Amino acid sequence: MSVPHTLLGLLEVRARHGYDLKRAYDAHFGQDRPLKPGQVYATLGRLERDGFVVVRGTGREGGPDRTTYAVTAEGVTDLDRWFAEPEGPAAYLQPVLFAKVVLALQSGRDAVQVLDAQRAEHLVTMRDLTARKSGADLDRVLGLDFALFHLEADLRWLEHTAARLERLAAEVAS
Amino acid sequence: MTEPLLTARDLHLSFGESSALSGASIDVAPGEVLALLGPSGSGKSTLLHCLAGILVPDRGEVRYRGSRLDSLSDDLRSELRRGDFGFVFQFGSLVPELTAVENVALPLRLSGHKRRTAEARALEWLERLEVADVARKRAGEMSGGQGQRVAVARALVAGPRVVFADEPTGALDSLNGELVMDLLIGAAREQGASIVLVTHEPRIAAYADREVVIRDGALAATVTA
Ligand SMILES: Nc1ncnc2c1ncn2[C@@H]1O[C@H](COP(=O)(O)OP(=O)(O)OP(=O)(O)O)[C@@H](O)[C@H]1O
Ligand SMILES: [Mg+2]
Repeated sequence: MSVPHTLLGLLEVRARHGYDLKRAYDAHFGQDRPLKPGQVYATLGRLERDGFVVVRGTGREGGPDRTTYAVTAEGVTDLDRWFAEPEGPAAYLQPVLFAKVVLALQSGRDAVQVLDAQRAEHLVTMRDLTARKSGADLDRVLGLDFALFHLEADLRWLEHTAARLERLAAEVAS
Repeated sequence: MTEPLLTARDLHLSFGESSALSGASIDVAPGEVLALLGPSGSGKSTLLHCLAGILVPDRGEVRYRGSRLDSLSDDLRSELRRGDFGFVFQFGSLVPELTAVENVALPLRLSGHKRRTAEARALEWLERLEVADVARKRAGEMSGGQGQRVAVARALVAGPRVVFADEPTGALDSLNGELVMDLLIGAAREQGASIVLVTHEPRIAAYADREVVIRDGALAATVTA
């Protein structure tokens, strides 16, 4: 899961203060693992240092909770790259892929393109692993099969999600 | 790139009100293994049937080795299908009145082989597909997966130039799916056959040289190495 990009994506949808950001994150992406407040501010600090977000203003109370953050042009460029680049075929990709799809929908990007790019990346990896099976010893083959079945599960989820984008778009419209 | 063996340009085809193909174009190279992916109802089987000259599109053209399939006479087209093409259909590939071995021998019998040699070769293919034990059963007396493997044997027995396979592993467990794919890929690599494969299983598509995604009757995306 890429917490920095997810927070940045939420800030692109609209500027928010830290607590609001945590709530938005937890609602969509953190049901199992809500963000700790400290994590939000530490991440925002790093995003600000890197020039991806700026402080838009502080509320009357002046507490840290009331500081509003907004994405910068550099931040948007970084997000564009994140959406365009498929994830490497690692284990447990679902959270980051789900975040990409939801944020693509919320920010008016093409979620189908995000899913297609990921599918292509997965298929190329699967093709490579399949080619390596031919002529290999059984222990090697079974190891490759393990990876193939897991990548296939990811792909099935991608297809399943692609088929439900319209409904998801309606649900996550913010 | 070498001349494509099979080309389809801007195919359109409707069944009454419902449009199944709306501008599908594709090339298949000699010896290429091509996978067609896409949601149910997106037009994969229809495209396959047009490529194989089983269906004639309302608009657009299909060429096989340079000549138009849709302008051939029915007789010539049938002859071409018999001589050059092998088929595995999504449903009902086998002739129900015939036994497995007779089904597999059929393409050889139609091209003039004697019964005895045709059935001997058919039996070899049934053995390769590990279904020799159902050789004397009729289609209705086999399991779905056995019938599917018999259909694959029949598609390959006459050494076709192109094999059209619509979900050839749909009823198979993963090991038998692998067996079928190894034989299809073997036909491509050893005999230079082209394989056009419809599948919804990513592990099966991963055997292909190229994957094409069909959405709403047209090509949506292509994945090459
Ligand atoms: N013989 C037919 N008569 C009427 N409509 C048809 C016929 N064959 C196909 N269709 C329609 O054409 C569209 C494409 O069908 P097709 O069989 O090509 O889909 P498919 O991609 O192969 O789907 P599946 O993955 O379910 O096999 C569908 O909407 C289907 O209802
Ligand atoms: Mg079909």
